[in-house]
Amino acid sequence: MIKKFDKKDEESGSGSNPFQHLEKSAVLQEARIFNETPINPRRCLHILTKIIYLLNQGEHFGTTEATEAFFAMTRLFQSNDQTLRRMCYLTIKEMANISEDVIIVTSSLTKDMTGKEDVYRGPAIRALCRITDTTMLQAIERYMKQAIVDKVPSVSSSALVSSLHMVKMSFDVVKRWVNEAQEAASSDNIMVQYHALGLLYHLRKNDRLAVTKMLNKFTKSGLKSPFAYCMMIRIASKLLEETEGGHDSPLFDFIESCLRNKHEMVVYEAASAIVHMPNCTARELAPAVSVLQLFCSSPKAALRYAAVRTLNKVAMKHPSAVTACNLDLENLITDSNRSIATLAITTLLKTGSESSVDRLMKQISSFVSEISDEFKVVVVQAISALCQKYPRKHSVMMNFLSNMLRDDGGFEYKRAIVDCIISIIEENPESKETGLAHLCEFIEDCEHTVLATKILHLLGKEGPRTPTPSKYIRFIFNRVVLESEAVRAAAVSALAKFGAQNDDLLPSVLVLMKRCMMDSDDEVRDRATFYMNVLQQKQKALNAAYIFNGLSVSVPGLEKSLHQYTLEPSEKPFDMKTVPLATAPITEQKTEIAPVATSKLPEKLAPSRQDIYQEQLAAIPEFKGLGPLFKSSEPVQLTEAETEYVVRCIKHTFANHMIFQFDCTNTLNDQLLQRVLVQMEPSEAYEVLNYVPAPSLPYSQPSSCYSLVRLPEDDPTAVSCTFSCTMKYLVRDCDPNTGEPDDDGYDDEYVLEDLEVTVADHIQKVLKPNFGAAWDEIGDDNEKEETFALATVRTLDEAVNNIISFLGMQPCERSDKVPENKNSHVLFLAGILWDPPAVDNDSHAHLEPILWISALVSSPRLSTATACSVFALCHYFAVSSLFT
Amino acid sequence: MTAQSCPRQHCATTMDSAALEPSLYTVKAVFILDNDGNKTLQKNLKNYYDPELYPSMKEQKNFELNVFNKTHKADNEIAFLEGMTIVYKSSIDLFFYVVGSAQENELMLMAVLNCLFESVSQMLRKNVEKRTLLDNMDGVFLVVDEIIDGGVILESDPQQVIEKVNYRADDSPLSEQSVAQHITEKLALTSNVLQSAKEQIKWSILK
Repeated sequence: MIKKFDKKDEESGSGSNPFQHLEKSAVLQEARIFNETPINPRRCLHILTKIIYLLNQGEHFGTTEATEAFFAMTRLFQSNDQTLRRMCYLTIKEMANISEDVIIVTSSLTKDMTGKEDVYRGPAIRALCRITDTTMLQAIERYMKQAIVDKVPSVSSSALVSSLHMVKMSFDVVKRWVNEAQEAASSDNIMVQYHALGLLYHLRKNDRLAVTKMLNKFTKSGLKSPFAYCMMIRIASKLLEETEGGHDSPLFDFIESCLRNKHEMVVYEAASAIVHMPNCTARELAPAVSVLQLFCSSPKAALRYAAVRTLNKVAMKHPSAVTACNLDLENLITDSNRSIATLAITTLLKTGSESSVDRLMKQISSFVSEISDEFKVVVVQAISALCQKYPRKHSVMMNFLSNMLRDDGGFEYKRAIVDCIISIIEENPESKETGLAHLCEFIEDCEHTVLATKILHLLGKEGPRTPTPSKYIRFIFNRVVLESEAVRAAAVSALAKFGAQNDDLLPSVLVLMKRCMMDSDDEVRDRATFYMNVLQQKQKALNAAYIFNGLSVSVPGLEKSLHQYTLEPSEKPFDMKTVPLATAPITEQKTEIAPVATSKLPEKLAPSRQDIYQEQLAAIPEFKGLGPLFKSSEPVQLTEAETEYVVRCIKHTFANHMIFQFDCTNTLNDQLLQRVLVQMEPSEAYEVLNYVPAPSLPYSQPSSCYSLVRLPEDDPTAVSCTFSCTMKYLVRDCDPNTGEPDDDGYDDEYVLEDLEVTVADHIQKVLKPNFGAAWDEIGDDNEKEETFALATVRTLDEAVNNIISFLGMQPCERSDKVPENKNSHVLFLAGILWDPPAVDNDSHAHLEPILWISALVSSPRLSTATACSVFALCHYFAVSSLFT
Repeated sequence: MTAQSCPRQHCATTMDSAALEPSLYTVKAVFILDNDGNKTLQKNLKNYYDPELYPSMKEQKNFELNVFNKTHKADNEIAFLEGMTIVYKSSIDLFFYVVGSAQENELMLMAVLNCLFESVSQMLRKNVEKRTLLDNMDGVFLVVDEIIDGGVILESDPQQVIEKVNYRADDSPLSEQSVAQHITEKLALTSNVLQSAKEQIKWSILK
């Protein structure tokens, strides 16, 4: 009979795979033989295998059919066939979530887990824990405790791992098994030890002291399992990170001692932990780097990969520490595993000298097509970093990048290349033309709309200022003919910028624009018509306002305001001034990005920091009617880092008021603070109107309180002011463990550092992509010249940075970068000044002061101690708002 | 109205620099693929998947296809794809994969892979190929179950795994060798019975 069955199966499975054409219904039909007596273990086994296979394939089982099959399966517990029983356990685990009433097997499983057959016990525990819920957990608690300390390793391991899974479900019950887990942790079996440690840490991880104790105990007694060592290293490095102290603690010594462990796994884990520690000194790194260096010549690919990947990370922060490994890395650049080769080369690019760049680039281009996109991105990032380090090499890089751009690749990869080329263009003006040419070529055949629009925008910005702008027109207009709506619209905008800036091109641009007005898409047509009309006026001010420099308000803010406006219809036209301004993007520190799943993080248009504040503040009833938020400052620390209470302040500027937001954190675990507020004593005519206290401030949960201050009305020049601040609160002592506070408390206060309000708080940064146009737009009438001496500043860089931070304005056109060996520099700053109340009072009700500063910073001789002087040319401009 | 300036966006990559949270959950996925072209993925063995990694079957299939395409040409042991570290090993027409997070200790993953491969190899008496594997699918399920439990490494020693599973590989019932073996076993048994009968008779007489 068995043979017959197998034969039939063979035929239906087209001779090669008995599982190929499995039908769920047929298999469930077959499952009826579970009910036959006597049980035929072989056939039943085969059917169970098929069911599990189907479940693994993602076949959907309905609740009824699953329950039916499950109940039939329970009969198989009568058989004593070992494999069959084990497969029953597997089926139980697979079906735990799809079948109903799985708990009926509880008693069978409990019998097996406490029975004599050791082979059944472990798997029975694991199956039982899968079907157990919170209510039933109590019932099996006794068995679990016994199983954890069982002398059979597989039983103990199974119980420990299952307990770990159940921690998510009911932490409190599992926590009671700590003593048993503790006992298991000193087991001789390596896996039991590992699992016990894992469970213990999981149960105690919120209790720092207990974790430290546990760590001390096991580091002293030593461990058998390499897995357990890896776990301990991770725990130790986490503790070290949290203490932020020096690395001379016993924890660091433990990790370092693991570098001499006999298991490679442990050695690597320790090396990797040291490398990832923040603020590691070169001396501490050295032993880790030298074991990694040894691994580089291992015959095992995984070990070489692990070593070179970690070295690559070291090279980002401490290139000099890796130089010793250069020779070993050189041997890896021809490794047959291309991931290893790529990592070796990118590491060498970071540590090597300028002379080796050409050779390495040649090597990498020989196999760049073979590696995965993730590593191509790594290569591009290495190149990007290299260009900053060796600007002179940009021509080699540019060639390489343009070749990579021509290859196939996914969006992330292409975007990395485009970003890299753009940053090279920004850094090296002489590479601008070649870079733009490569990008033009790329958009001729580019499937990614986002990249095409980005490049078109860049062309519009940079193209008109090149010596021969006309050559870009063709590329741009091709897009208008060939691409999707979004790209066409971007192309039209780019064309308009050429027309506005190059008078000799204007007639041709107008002709092209006319054609775009016949486009099938509304947005493209609208843009073309709009630009056409603006361009025909031939007025510089109009061009500057509507073509070069776009909206200065924040887009999410505009969306919200418009929505609000449609909800409350009124006679008045929509006022653009009620919309909060866009904060200029803060140029982030360029970070090296190792391969990570960037594609997994969907990019959203996140509301800016200020939009978030605007929303938070609007939710507080005391702050109604203050108008749009003008500017939010960076947080200012008002306490030392390691004090009882940590307070930082964010200054929010409104038209006539300021709100001070104090983010307070209580670092004392035996205190609960209530009614927390910060009392402020101004030095000038500022008037404190209102305090909004934080109702309660428990241990380590930050909370905010606010103070509302009116700006002085009669004295518009008093922009700066110093506040002395005192935090006042009600203290209630509480039990550090439970957090239960005493019934009565007492008032107390805490003196904070003084808070300064400066000019920068009243000026909002705006980014003007085309500063020249914005400058001309305002005109010479509003010009003011003054010269200041900066007595304390020695270098141009310092002077530029000081001016920027003092005025809080946005440097434009990368003028914040001072070229080397210059003794004068022109800095372009743009910003909008808050409405001075004095102006608000007289007739010009709707004035929006705009401030452009072009500052000529010069120092007589670079290296001498002579102070710099600033010749500032201010365009102070007050016109009726452009938008009303 | 006009194109907004598009600032370069730097993706948050904190997950890369952050140290690994100490945890027993090491393995994100284990699967075995065969190598007959595109349809491969119709009949793979997916024994374990971290439910948070790729919740839907479609995503899992896509991931496997991507992994297979990138790894089947060269036996390189280790790869990095979609933000995951993947260690793999091939044998004749099968590919064994173990997947862990980007920060996971690669050697730990290797230990799991080696244990899986060695256990399967021992169980199938070194015939690690698709046909024998499919014939002993139940055994493979049990082996994986003994090595990984919900992402936790349960056992890393192949010898232990084989002992715990205690599975006898199923020789093809029709092969002559096994028939012959079967008969010899039967014969041995009969002769044993005869032997013991003889003894018993002898003893009863002697009494």
